[in-house]
Amino acid sequence: MNELRELARSLLASGTVKVVIGYENVEGARWPAEGPRGVRPSFVTDPAQADRLVFDSRCVQNLAAYLNPRRQHLVSIGKPAVVVKGCDARAVAGLIREGQLRREDVVLIGVRCGGVVRDPALGPGLIEEEVSDRCGGCEDREPKLFDHVVGALPPPPPSSTRRADALARLQKMTAAERWTFWKESLSRCVRCYACREICPMCFCVQCIADKNRPQWLDSSPTTRGNVAWHMTRALHQAGRCVDCLECERACPEGIPLGLLGRHVAQVVERRFGYRASADPTVPVPLGVYRTDDEEEFIV
Amino acid sequence: MSIPCTEVASAGTAFEPKVVAFVCNWCTYTGADLAGTSRLKMSPNVRIIRTPCSSRISPLFIIKAFERGADGVIVSGCHTGDCHYSTGNYYARRRFAIFRELLDFLGVDTGRVTFSWVSASEGTKWQQVVNDTASRVKALGPFNEYPAQGEVGRP
Repeated sequence: MNELRELARSLLASGTVKVVIGYENVEGARWPAEGPRGVRPSFVTDPAQADRLVFDSRCVQNLAAYLNPRRQHLVSIGKPAVVVKGCDARAVAGLIREGQLRREDVVLIGVRCGGVVRDPALGPGLIEEEVSDRCGGCEDREPKLFDHVVGALPPPPPSSTRRADALARLQKMTAAERWTFWKESLSRCVRCYACREICPMCFCVQCIADKNRPQWLDSSPTTRGNVAWHMTRALHQAGRCVDCLECERACPEGIPLGLLGRHVAQVVERRFGYRASADPTVPVPLGVYRTDDEEEFIV
Repeated sequence: MSIPCTEVASAGTAFEPKVVAFVCNWCTYTGADLAGTSRLKMSPNVRIIRTPCSSRISPLFIIKAFERGADGVIVSGCHTGDCHYSTGNYYARRRFAIFRELLDFLGVDTGRVTFSWVSASEGTKWQQVVNDTASRVKALGPFNEYPAQGEVGRP
């Protein structure tokens, strides 16, 4: 932790960056009896404030979302340094790969990660029921894309196959059963677009859901419009989704949106041999082609 | 905006599916034209929408077609290697591969969507694609389940 604060302080003091985006404890009234609990994103612009920064297993938020060019108010502060876990670095790599961010415009503070909780108010101890679904089978605990790396590698989180099981269960169902499942799940969507807002890889300046000439997607939350919206989003995220599950965490209705992204990612990997990685030089799978791509579905 | 186009099936009339075909201008549309000028007998259930290239056909077109009451969709373009714009159909192929599997994952019968390559000289292949799709969709029955989810005032 001190290493992180020291680094943030020197980056700010030397003028290398104008803001350090990291995590800080939530102070105040939410849990008065328990003292500080939970973490939230923190924007440190003053070197004297660097001691606010923390990093532990509660730091579930994917801060790469703040590098998204849609966040103009942040761009105006100046060059940022961002605290990134291995999984978040995949999103940073994705933004660079897609031409949304230049590598030299950001300083990446990689943190070695021992897994995170599902909700930042849980923890900091990690138990199997509380560990985030994204940590199951994680291969990026050691950062692979960074300018500085801090901390020692903590022990791995308790292993969880919750999500892999849920996905496998769904894939084994009949089409009719799957339709019933998604119809029920997506009927709960209120179209708050929290999934889109929190997504580091949703970077369209104007979202198709906001366009009304022509109106591609029903704007009211009917099940039909919701299915069209989430299907469109899953398609737009094909080859982009970094599986950070922030959409699922942000969803006020608890819709298992991560399953859509994970399924599409599996299809992309099986067909095109592409997996979202922290290497920004790999081309995006839908921006390239092979003449011998499988076309068993085309007559 | 929203025009209900679900066919009213009155008692006694057999179900006639509505199939929307999105085709590329250079190959399939010309092939379909050839099928017409050759007087090939084809199922009358297919409505053709011409696009510049198969890569112009966004998956949203297909979603929208179903939303507005289509029972089936055909997507067709040039054979790979023959694209008028050299590479459009290669990109389209990747996109549709994912789209089709996503459709299946959501529980939509993929038999309702036909993907095909039909060249300008393949009038008979177009006839076959049309007839196969129409009879398959006819067997699957009307696809009211999806458009019906758009009704407001649900409980």
